[in-house]
Amino acid sequence: MVEIGVGSVGIVVIVSVFLGAVVTVQTAYQLTTPLISKSIIGSIAANSIILELAPTVTVLILAGKIGSNIASELGTMRISEQIDALEIMGVHSSAYLVLPKILASTLMIPLLVIISAFLSIYAGMWVGEFTGAVTKEDFMTGAIQYWIPFMANFALIKATTFGFIISSVSSYYGYYTEGGALEVGRSATRAVVVCCVLILLFDYILAQLLL
Amino acid sequence: MIEVKNLNKSFGAKQILKGISAVFEPGKCNLIIGASGSGKTVLMKSIVGLIPVNNGSIIYNHDTDFLNIDDAGRKELRKQIGMLFQGSALFDSLTVEKNVIFPLNMFTNMTFKEKMSRVNECLERVNLKEANKLYPNELSGGMKKRVGIARAIVMNPKYLFCDEPNSGLDPQTSIVIDKLIKDITDDYKITTIVNTHDMNSVMEIGDYVLFLYKGEKFWEGSRNEIMNATNQQLNDFIFAGRFFREIKEQNTKRLSEEKNK
Repeated sequence: MVEIGVGSVGIVVIVSVFLGAVVTVQTAYQLTTPLISKSIIGSIAANSIILELAPTVTVLILAGKIGSNIASELGTMRISEQIDALEIMGVHSSAYLVLPKILASTLMIPLLVIISAFLSIYAGMWVGEFTGAVTKEDFMTGAIQYWIPFMANFALIKATTFGFIISSVSSYYGYYTEGGALEVGRSATRAVVVCCVLILLFDYILAQLLL
Repeated sequence: MIEVKNLNKSFGAKQILKGISAVFEPGKCNLIIGASGSGKTVLMKSIVGLIPVNNGSIIYNHDTDFLNIDDAGRKELRKQIGMLFQGSALFDSLTVEKNVIFPLNMFTNMTFKEKMSRVNECLERVNLKEANKLYPNELSGGMKKRVGIARAIVMNPKYLFCDEPNSGLDPQTSIVIDKLIKDITDDYKITTIVNTHDMNSVMEIGDYVLFLYKGEKFWEGSRNEIMNATNQQLNDFIFAGRFFREIKEQNTKRLSEEKNK
């Protein structure tokens, strides 16, 4: 939990702040007509962040960090016979090693996504204020005015699903590593690539099913 | 006692073990020797159930067929097995003390004080009293092997398996490890099986020696019988080095002189 959750806060903060800032600046750049209220910038930015950027883009970054970490850890344990040592002791190695990772990832990634969403929205609000694109008040008015509570549920459903995908896929590739150090690297790479593809696929499936 | 009967194992089209049968008796250091690729590690990992075999039987303690017991029975049996792996297989994230206490935490209801007492006893047994708080990456190769042995014996196993215990060690440390394995076998009267291609180990601790050649059993006997063995493949393997070849020649000469007298 600490490794996956607390250990990922730093990268989540960096990614979220820049995502929020960029989405606000780019939205403001496209809305040049005086016929549309400035508060729409806040609405578009907040909705984009909650629906897609926080639960998907942030998790794609986390797939790289957490996925490679899990796959290489288990892969190294496999090739250095540590998993065999557990089996010899009578320990069910997959339950002992994989289950806590799946639980930690499925619980912690939604929390990280919540942090990411708040940080991105606040970063977008402050960047809008500093650049003069939209005032803080207009940004928040737009964000609240078009707020649909189900969006938060949808984001959390996505985050939980993606958390499960990251930990289970990475664990599978790490646990079944065969060979030496080179194969550990390959397992980690494969795990991250497959995680990213599955996240994008399930992003579409969940959007189609739930929205 | 462990009895292996007609054990066969193939990886794809390649047959690695060809009808191996052997009896490994308690209180003895049973050595499996052979060149690299002869099937030693596959045989050992098959006996402990890490590699599934194609057919044959593995009988523990006269009556337990390891290949035909349920998961619960296998789990129980494995609590009686200790294994030292070639690379020691210590858990990197745990200290020496936590590595050794690990099986006790998993499978016993002992108090922490009792567990620590047992851990210290085992570490003392392998001459590693001061290393409790060190991590595996702070240990030398010989120390790692000794911690591996301590972890293997902490549950008082009936069976001890050692896969290439001397690989990567200097001759002096190898002798220390061999002596330790021999002493533990004698003291606890356990069935010990050691995979090795170190001839010093064969001569030091080989109560029973099983020689594998290309997956087949080519010879079995004791370390005393090995000097007079006539099996060509065994002799090629054992006396490949000049040192042992000279001993063999001296031995043959001595026997010939005694015969002439």
